Amino acid sequence: MDFFLSLFMSGLTKGSIYALIALGYTMVYGIIALINFAHGEIYMIGAFTALIFSMLLGGPAVGMSGWTLLLTVAALSALYAAMYGWTMEKIAYQPLRGASRLAPLISAIGMSIFLQNYVQLVQTPNFLVFPDLIPQIDLPAAVAKAINRTHLVILIVTAVAMVALTVFIKFTRMGMAMRAVAQDPIMARLSGVKLDRVISVTFVIGSVLAALGGLLIGCSMRQIDFYIGFLAGMKAFTAAVLGGIGSIPGAVIGALILGFAESFAAGYISSSYKDMVAFIILIIILTLKPGGIFGTSQTQKV
Amino acid sequence: MTEAASCRPPDSVLKTCGLSMVFGGLVALDRVDLTVERHSITALIGPNGAGKTTLFNCLTGIYPPTRGSITFESGDGRKISLKGLAPDRVTLLGLARTFQNIRLFSNLTVLENVLIGCHGRMRAGLLGALFRDKKTRAEEKAFIDFSYDLLVRYGLKASVNELAKNLAYGAQRRLEIVRALATGPKLLLLDEPAAGLNINETNELRELIETIRTSENLSILLIEHDMNLVMNVSHVIYVMDYGKLIAVGPPNEIRRNPAVIKAYLGEE
Repeated sequence: MDFFLSLFMSGLTKGSIYALIALGYTMVYGIIALINFAHGEIYMIGAFTALIFSMLLGGPAVGMSGWTLLLTVAALSALYAAMYGWTMEKIAYQPLRGASRLAPLISAIGMSIFLQNYVQLVQTPNFLVFPDLIPQIDLPAAVAKAINRTHLVILIVTAVAMVALTVFIKFTRMGMAMRAVAQDPIMARLSGVKLDRVISVTFVIGSVLAALGGLLIGCSMRQIDFYIGFLAGMKAFTAAVLGGIGSIPGAVIGALILGFAESFAAGYISSSYKDMVAFIILIIILTLKPGGIFGTSQTQKV
Repeated sequence: MTEAASCRPPDSVLKTCGLSMVFGGLVALDRVDLTVERHSITALIGPNGAGKTTLFNCLTGIYPPTRGSITFESGDGRKISLKGLAPDRVTLLGLARTFQNIRLFSNLTVLENVLIGCHGRMRAGLLGALFRDKKTRAEEKAFIDFSYDLLVRYGLKASVNELAKNLAYGAQRRLEIVRALATGPKLLLLDEPAAGLNINETNELRELIETIRTSENLSILLIEHDMNLVMNVSHVIYVMDYGKLIAVGPPNEIRRNPAVIKAYLGEE
């Protein structure tokens, strides 16, 4: 039972991280029908900025610690990643608006390779040790048995981020514009919605979520390198497709399914097979429901 | 007002000159010169495939025209060329449109649909949207009140919080017009607003069009196949066939124009 519980918890946290990244994929796809392959790199950059800022601020010169350090680092890496996301869209995607759908896709792959190489050059290709930023929490013994503090923080941050995102999309005017653009971009523009601004906001929000994911994965795995974005990005993309790309609840559910599948497969079968199980589930679901769990197979308008 | 200005011919809100649109080898619009006088209802008629909707698409920035000019005069004396502007820019300058197949945001509520029309005119930026300071909230409230008033004025009060897709067909058409009004247009382009409406609804639509013109103080350019409606509401009618304008004039003239009769009924 303990073994099951620990697998369950690890699947849940893994799924949460995937969800934070998958949201960025699915939101961008919902708005401009682009698979932003460089999105995983934003997550990796979020992790690296978190590492750099925690060294700077946690070092003797500034001497921050505990929750202050964690929250400051989170805010700064989110801000940094947001700037990366914003700039990436302006440089690599905005000039290609109106080009064929393959052009921005290639541009995204190029952006992804560029960012990986850039970080590899600046930060070395080695695994770097990530500090344990999560402060000690005194959990009741019963809770502590089921979940450790890092996992707890990951779950709380993810849950808060999801709720905040849902509220933003449902109740703010920018969220409303995003829903309108997702349904009919041309009509939204004809109603005076500034498309470029909506797209920028989408990239910024996606990047902030990814950066939080990067920070949390650093705290959880305790080491990062320039390549973590590629694998996590692939998994999160899979999760987004699994849930139905373009759908926000779909991304979260897809990510959780993927997280559980990997975790249980690693525990009960073998960790070498965990990816295989995850992708078998993807294939089964897409065979039964090609649009993904929450996706609607759309009839093409002629 | 100076002497020269007062004896000018009635001023126009929109003027196209030699407007052409070529898709590959197909000439969809062939040197179209069209003028919409201020406060007029101008109709654009012609057989299917004549290029009417293509003209709307060129005017609203969906297609960049191949040749020719589009001049928009919003009323403050400035003449603005619309050629090559993006659709949101065109809309914010004061040119709004509806579509022949209804294009509402079906999963948004009726009120939200109208609010989207106000979106481009809101000042508060991203920071305001995220942190919701006092000014942003006041602005949002003002636009919600404005949208609500519009819906009340045009008979959609009862369904303010319903999803747009749940409205009856006639109400959806009406909502599309109200959403266009929310952008604060000087010129409203209506693409076959009577399509699919029954006789009663068409009569209501006619009243609606006339009310809008007077109470919202704007000009209307109308594509329509319902001749009864066209002949009754419009001041000037343009007739298109195969991408060309073949006749212009007031309704009673157009009714008798041999070229128009030929285009509609074919040759004897």
